[in-house]
Amino acid sequence: MKVLVAVKRVIDFNVKPRVKMDGSGVDLMNVKMSMNPFDEIAVEEAIRLKEKGVVTEIVAVSIGPAKAQETLRTALAMGADRAILVQTDEEVEPLAVAKIIAKIAADEQPQVVILGKQAIDDDNNATGQMLAALLGWPQGTFASKVEISDSATVTREVDGGLETVKLQLPAVVTTDLRLNEPRYASLPNIMKAKSKPLATKSPADYGVDVARRLETLKVTEPAKRQAGIKVGSVDELVEKLKGLGIAK
Amino acid sequence: MSVLVLVEHDGSHVKDATLATVTAGSKLGEVHALVAGNNADAAAQAAAKIAGVAKVYVANSAALEHQLAEAVAPVVAKLMESHDAFLAPATTTGKNIAPRVAALLDVMQITDILSVEGPDTFTRPIYAGNAIATVKTKDAKKVITVRTTAFENAASEGGSAAVEPVDAGGDPGSSSFVSAEASESERPELTSAKVIVSGGRAFGSSEQFHSLLDPLADKLGAGVGASRAAVDAGYAPNDYQVGQTGKIVAPEVYIAIGISGAIQHLAGMKDSKTIIAINKDEEAPIFQVADIGLVGDLFKIVPELTEKL
Repeated sequence: MKVLVAVKRVIDFNVKPRVKMDGSGVDLMNVKMSMNPFDEIAVEEAIRLKEKGVVTEIVAVSIGPAKAQETLRTALAMGADRAILVQTDEEVEPLAVAKIIAKIAADEQPQVVILGKQAIDDDNNATGQMLAALLGWPQGTFASKVEISDSATVTREVDGGLETVKLQLPAVVTTDLRLNEPRYASLPNIMKAKSKPLATKSPADYGVDVARRLETLKVTEPAKRQAGIKVGSVDELVEKLKGLGIAK
Repeated sequence: MSVLVLVEHDGSHVKDATLATVTAGSKLGEVHALVAGNNADAAAQAAAKIAGVAKVYVANSAALEHQLAEAVAPVVAKLMESHDAFLAPATTTGKNIAPRVAALLDVMQITDILSVEGPDTFTRPIYAGNAIATVKTKDAKKVITVRTTAFENAASEGGSAAVEPVDAGGDPGSSSFVSAEASESERPELTSAKVIVSGGRAFGSSEQFHSLLDPLADKLGAGVGASRAAVDAGYAPNDYQVGQTGKIVAPEVYIAIGISGAIQHLAGMKDSKTIIAINKDEEAPIFQVADIGLVGDLFKIVPELTEKL
């Protein structure tokens, strides 16, 4: 069984994003970039399925600039078998990303596509669901547990607790935080990853128009909260709570 | 503009997230509501009473019982032939269904809107709320998810919309519901609670998390939340998580205890009206957003606070 995993190069989750002075976006110059944390979980899940003998081949895909190669090399170092970079300097929206991955899925015929549930830059939480719609496949979103045999059983983190669904294969899975803890690539594996195959394509190779549907008019900083006062004791805090009307 | 709003419901009751979504929808045009479920007529009747809802569509079938995206999305897509915008609350249900609808309609979703600036223009948070983007869509039809804390709830009584049954579609058959593990709680739901007490990793164990926070929450009639670190450590279940990838809350009072204030946690609660922080580290970032701070040991402060309330 083949698995496709999608990875995105994003601002590192430890970096505080700064809005550009001219309001055109967030400043990414000289900022540390990493694999989107949810995508690391997706890669890890694919590797665990391979280690269990369920999966035989893992193909990692990224749509982004030439530097997204580094993100794919990370996926290869973790344990993916080969990679496809669909290279573009445009900022590609989830709908176009889903269209490109759908075309790759048609070529590669995976039984499962695993994606992070959300990228921590645009926070859309949409690509996996869109991909499932385009392929006409079922979707197991926000997964905290995945079991794959001749079908996929996915436990999902939902607002009221957990929900388990059974999906026919092929299927799309999107990962939530507690699905697994991604491994670090070992130095020998990082070296080995350099010789694993990485194909470079363009959106045009898949006949997908990546023109944006949403025009960003401006990007601003949110209203800042001011730090308030400190109280010195529980008694003072109780008085404050009374003042707020939530304690008698 | 005619607007279709997805009603979030449990078969008989309409969830509050729907009410804020109706308010957002009303800013665009006449709101019609869709109740998709099985034997969901009671929920449809409840939706018909929401102020500002002009019509309710109800789709009933066994395949729609658990509101799985595979079954709901085609019903929405069909109704979108006669509507210009589809709005769903940015809950796990809405986030599961709306992008699937968007792709069926070949539309780029506008995610998690904070405001309606015009018929095609919206604001939305990006980078965990560290930046707010104003976006204008070029798509003829709009698919939108709504950050429910950013809009007032529409009144749940006062409307008298007609209820119209619609085609529930077939059973796609590709997915099925197996089970649900609901977190049992007598406490208010986080997304509608007026007061939230929230605990972090500093509690050290699940036992201490619950034995200290639960009595305090009971005294205040508060919902209980948790930081990602506390959930990851197993002190609290996943649906307690407040943050960028958990729940977005904006209660009257948010009390953060033993929470340092990581960016992704602040993203989930910084729109609370009053923030109170209790932390032993006076340099903790949480104090930069807190209206009232108390520096000290939570293991001493929380029991004393509970007793004195």
